[in-house]
Amino acid sequence: MTSLATQQLLDFAFIAAVALFILALRWLSSPVTARRGVLAGEIGAALAVGATLLNPELVQYRWIVIALIIGAGIGIPLGMVHMTAVPQRTALSHAFGALSAAMIGIAEYYVGVPHVTRFEMGEISLEVIIGSLTFTGSLIAAGKLQEILPQRPMTYPGQNFVSLSFLSGALLLAIALTVDPNHHAFLFPTMVGVALIFGIMLVTPIGGADMPTVISLLNSYAGFSAALLGFVLNSKVLIVAGALDGSSGFILSVIMCKAMNRSFTNVMFGAFGQVQASAAAATEARTVRSASPEEAAAILAAASAVVIVPGYGMAVAQAQHKVRELYDVLTKKGVDVKFGIHPVAGRMPGHMNVLLAEADIPYDRLLEMDDINSELPQADVALIIGANDVTNPAARSDPTSPIYGMPILDVDKARTVMVIKRSMNPGFAGIDNPLYYLDRTLMLFGDAKAFVGDIVRELSGGAH
Amino acid sequence: MPADFISNLYLFILAGFVGFEVIKRVSPLLHTPLMSLTNALDAIVVVAAIIIAGRHETVLSTTLGAIAVAASFSNMVGGFFITDRMLRMFKTGRPQK
Repeated sequence: MTSLATQQLLDFAFIAAVALFILALRWLSSPVTARRGVLAGEIGAALAVGATLLNPELVQYRWIVIALIIGAGIGIPLGMVHMTAVPQRTALSHAFGALSAAMIGIAEYYVGVPHVTRFEMGEISLEVIIGSLTFTGSLIAAGKLQEILPQRPMTYPGQNFVSLSFLSGALLLAIALTVDPNHHAFLFPTMVGVALIFGIMLVTPIGGADMPTVISLLNSYAGFSAALLGFVLNSKVLIVAGALDGSSGFILSVIMCKAMNRSFTNVMFGAFGQVQASAAAATEARTVRSASPEEAAAILAAASAVVIVPGYGMAVAQAQHKVRELYDVLTKKGVDVKFGIHPVAGRMPGHMNVLLAEADIPYDRLLEMDDINSELPQADVALIIGANDVTNPAARSDPTSPIYGMPILDVDKARTVMVIKRSMNPGFAGIDNPLYYLDRTLMLFGDAKAFVGDIVRELSGGAH
Repeated sequence: MPADFISNLYLFILAGFVGFEVIKRVSPLLHTPLMSLTNALDAIVVVAAIIIAGRHETVLSTTLGAIAVAASFSNMVGGFFITDRMLRMFKTGRPQK
């Protein structure tokens, strides 16, 4: 086969891959066709990789084969992690994607020197900066999610100033390189180093509850670094795949920010999480009503519509399988049980849905915030398991609250509200929740898994 | 400015809009699989990494290319694998009747 024919074969394989990638995302719109989407993506990727291996430019396959085997050896175990560990796996995969894009950009520079044009240098610098900061930032995010690093925001005075100086430093080095690409080669590794440090500084101050936004933003950066790499290498398949990934991450970031009523700058530079003095002062001298598993079971058995609101605390307590048992026993008694899922429940977008699906709860029972809010006024019971700020009515009514304006699940409109909680300590953001002091609210103190288990035992009559 | 840059920019803008329109329709139910699937698709950078590693120009470029091949191929394999695993869990209807 001539080299020209091979080139055309390659181009057609890449065009087919691009079409299959778009179809893959298109089919992901519904759980019914989603698995077909994965298959389309796999075929597209296999076509593109297979065609690339036929590229006549390749003169040596040894390192490619070794690297592919190592990659598969890392990828397969990472594909088998438990569903609670999916956020850290995702952060790690953003790190790998960004690492890969940065490595290729760096290799392009050193292969091209001393014949790199200014235009190429500008593209390479930008690509390598974004790739490098996404690499270290994602590693920090993964470390926080895996709880190797503290989940709370880590801050010090003047932090934003220091961080932004590093970013400006990296950009200034990029400009210096672009002005004269081939004579100051030592500036290039310096720029990479500064960008790597900036990535660490960008994510270190961000707390656990902001992780859904951070993961989405890092997803977007990883995608755009791949697209930029496509510009550097003049590779259309990378531009398309990177643009798809980048816009996906960007859309998810916007959804997450809206769900918390915050801006990007506030998430990235606003280190949230200190206990608010005004809110803390108001907690005194208010009483709460508590109930036992027997009382809770009796109320649930008498209900005809129950809405369960799970939060990250449910996943921490590993209570999702007990919650499924509760769903089963109530459904058997003819109670209509639905789940209300806030967009930021869990540690990444959609995390709660995956955890509940894993526990075999049918996905048509999992309702988004707007849908469940129109049903909550007719619900007999709203049962909150491990969620706090997303149910806080102060977000609607108290302009002094730090979460004022954040869209919440209107659980306080249900006839009875039951909250399973370990103690009266405020939630992650350190904000007191007036929901707990309402007359219609019953606090169920205890471990989520044990408490739900006790309710299930009462309801199925096993205790008598 | 190279001529390719302009056509690439067209492509980038169009792909960004296609992505926006397609992804907007993905239900929040599937946002986690969406992220792992786009991650696997993004791992197509492996094709660029293979070229860098296989052209065998310098020791440095081959090493960097091989690292990039391993990193992106792990995303491709792991991303498709975990996405399919998650999607298999999403079932409709009541388990008991």
